[in-house]
Amino acid sequence: MLRLFGGRLASCVVTLAASALIIFLMLEVLPGDPAAVTLGLNAAPEALAALRAEMGLDRPAPLRFLAWIGGLITGDLGLSYTYRVPVSQLIGERMAVTAPLALAAMLLACAIGVPLGVVAAANHNGPLDLAAMAFAQIGLAIPNFWFGLLLVLVFAIGLGWLPSGGFPGWQAGFWPGARSLLLPAVALALPQAAILARLTRSAMLDALQEDFVRTARAKGLASRTLLYRHALRNALIPVVTILGLQFSVLIAGAIIIENVFALPGLGRLVFQSVAQHDLIVVKDLVMLFAALAILANFAVDLLYGLIDPRLRRRA
Amino acid sequence: MTTRRDLIAGAGLAALAAQLSGRALAQAQTLASGKDSVVIAMTLEPPTLDPTSGAAQAIREVTLQNIYEGLVRMDRTGRIVPGLAESWEVAADNLVHSFRLRSGVRFHDGAPFSAETVRFSFERAVAPDSTNAQRQIFAPIASIATPDPLTVVITLKQPTANFLYGLAWGDAVIVSPATAAANRTNPVGTGPFRFVRWNRGDRLELARFDDYWGPKPALARATFRFISDPQAQVASLLAGDVDAQTNLAAPEAVPQLRASPRLSVSFGKTEGEVILATNNGRPPFDDLRVRQAIAHVLDRKTIALGVYGFNVDLIGSHFSPLHPAYVDLTNTYAVDLARAKALLAQAGHPNGFSCTLKLPPPAYARRSGEIIAALLGQIGINARIEQLEFPQWLERVFRGRDFDLSVIAHTEPLDIGNYARDDYYFQYRNPEFRALIAKIETTLPEAERNALYREAQRVLARDAVNGYLFVLPKITVTAAGLSGMWTDWPLPITPLAEVAWR
Repeated sequence: MLRLFGGRLASCVVTLAASALIIFLMLEVLPGDPAAVTLGLNAAPEALAALRAEMGLDRPAPLRFLAWIGGLITGDLGLSYTYRVPVSQLIGERMAVTAPLALAAMLLACAIGVPLGVVAAANHNGPLDLAAMAFAQIGLAIPNFWFGLLLVLVFAIGLGWLPSGGFPGWQAGFWPGARSLLLPAVALALPQAAILARLTRSAMLDALQEDFVRTARAKGLASRTLLYRHALRNALIPVVTILGLQFSVLIAGAIIIENVFALPGLGRLVFQSVAQHDLIVVKDLVMLFAALAILANFAVDLLYGLIDPRLRRRA
Repeated sequence: MTTRRDLIAGAGLAALAAQLSGRALAQAQTLASGKDSVVIAMTLEPPTLDPTSGAAQAIREVTLQNIYEGLVRMDRTGRIVPGLAESWEVAADNLVHSFRLRSGVRFHDGAPFSAETVRFSFERAVAPDSTNAQRQIFAPIASIATPDPLTVVITLKQPTANFLYGLAWGDAVIVSPATAAANRTNPVGTGPFRFVRWNRGDRLELARFDDYWGPKPALARATFRFISDPQAQVASLLAGDVDAQTNLAAPEAVPQLRASPRLSVSFGKTEGEVILATNNGRPPFDDLRVRQAIAHVLDRKTIALGVYGFNVDLIGSHFSPLHPAYVDLTNTYAVDLARAKALLAQAGHPNGFSCTLKLPPPAYARRSGEIIAALLGQIGINARIEQLEFPQWLERVFRGRDFDLSVIAHTEPLDIGNYARDDYYFQYRNPEFRALIAKIETTLPEAERNALYREAQRVLARDAVNGYLFVLPKITVTAAGLSGMWTDWPLPITPLAEVAWR
């Protein structure tokens, strides 16, 4: 087990280092000078030079790469070129919006998708199954930004129940903040719920045909107990795996949804910093996403090792 | 549905209103509504809150005349009026400017304002490590003297006509030595509103500054919200989440907003000239006949309608109709395809030629670019569109001058002087024009100067340096009952002290 852990950890570090180099080089070849973006069309050359020096852009590329990597290791992510505040502070502020949004969307997707899949499987080929699958089909087909606009039209403009966008900040209290995240979370959750519904249904159908289910049924178990205690438990394994992988999909969806709802989250920060050539924020964010993805894989690898003893022995 | 009872009640109210004078009614309404806060939406978020260290228009829109003030300020008609200086005199030599400062002015942190603060602010702007985006405002200054705490005497190196004009810009605001370095994130000025909180990416909150030297503003609190998505802007207005939008990014939604009884929409002018930037230093555009041919096919009205769906102010030279010296030169080269083809043939391109049209991201540029490419196609000019992000546009078109044609708005007020810079990106080199601008800069009597500005406009129109299209409109949307928002933008700002609920 220790050898498996060590091997996986080493490969993680190598992957992270390689992604850091690739991210840095890709942004390095991008044309455009962040100082010129800040100072505009009339800027004097002296002002540009002064700002470039202030941003540390006057140093050669290898030095800047080493400074960046050194900063990442010591937890200093640098100063944003546009906002002129520490990137770690920016990411922290934005995380306070994106993390609850992604979590709420994930929970909502599970709350809708899994029961729908179970009902569909239990009524295989019946009208309920058809209805559930029609819902899933629609959920997958509708682009979530358009669904977001529809929600705004109905609940913000039409009924006036919820704000059309923006985020008052958690300092305004829990409910005002939560209210602002409700519509975006629903918009973000819909396609996820559709995917989960289809996945749960097929996993349930597989499980219901397993030998142990037939045995349990032969022993006279009530069909409700059979469905929930035996079939669903086994069906949840692939569902949970996919749920983990869907995390990056949620982040990508958040970029669009946060723009539609004018939410100050990580997704909008990516969008803004790319448009404003705030390369240090782009670098740090891409690195953060890469690290999250690598860590998630690492965790899943270890979990598989724990669950399946055969993998442990092979390693 | 209106019932008879409503009608009767309405009649009663009307009778009551008739008894009250207009002013008393306005006060009664204010008392009745009791509303003294406002939420104003704008498209772009300021990157920082210090207008002396960045060019972003959004910084000025939020802070100028709200948080910070200059010696002078610009009013909504573009006139220069007293700010922190209550009066000033220019000596007969046109060099010595004596400013008489207001007394009893304090910064939001309680620090006093005096002649020394003015000297500090201007010296800071030209210091070697200064990142002021408009250093040229201060370039003519030879010396700054402070004979007493309420007098500043600025001596210039040569007469400079637009010196005062520049002092009204955000780049020339007065800052306090103790807080200047932190202004980017925690701004401290002398203005009628002080900074409260900034939730980056979403909103900025300001509150009335109780020790303000001037009249007390009607609003006690104001929130700026930053909504870049055009659809989200429309939704926030329709849902009543915001009380105003300073410049709507969704012109196609204007009819929908107009239909709402709770909103009013107005179209105003700005100082943003949209031009078909032309590389005068690169063949075949170095040939006057080619530029004239292009001018003859640029149907401004069609282009502007295609971009906005309604009429906006068209221009025939690099000058905004907001300025008193503006002349209408849109007919210098009337739309005439036959004439355009003949000019191209004379220039040696009877079958036209191919070139590139590099477009930055704003919608006005991308949309007009497509229409322009189609118009140019009529005379055989095959303009291939290349879409660039703004940093790339700055690098390749503006700095590298690596372009044939481009579409861009020049939003700085009164920036016709850029045509006297030989190295400027469209590479217009005309000694006669340079001499004209030099003369304007040293001509102080306004009537004379305006005559010279007219002449300068004519030279640019005649030389068809760039394709002159239209001025960016300002589409102001306000909730019914909200008054005082600027509807024209001689300077792109939103002074909150003038905003009130009726």
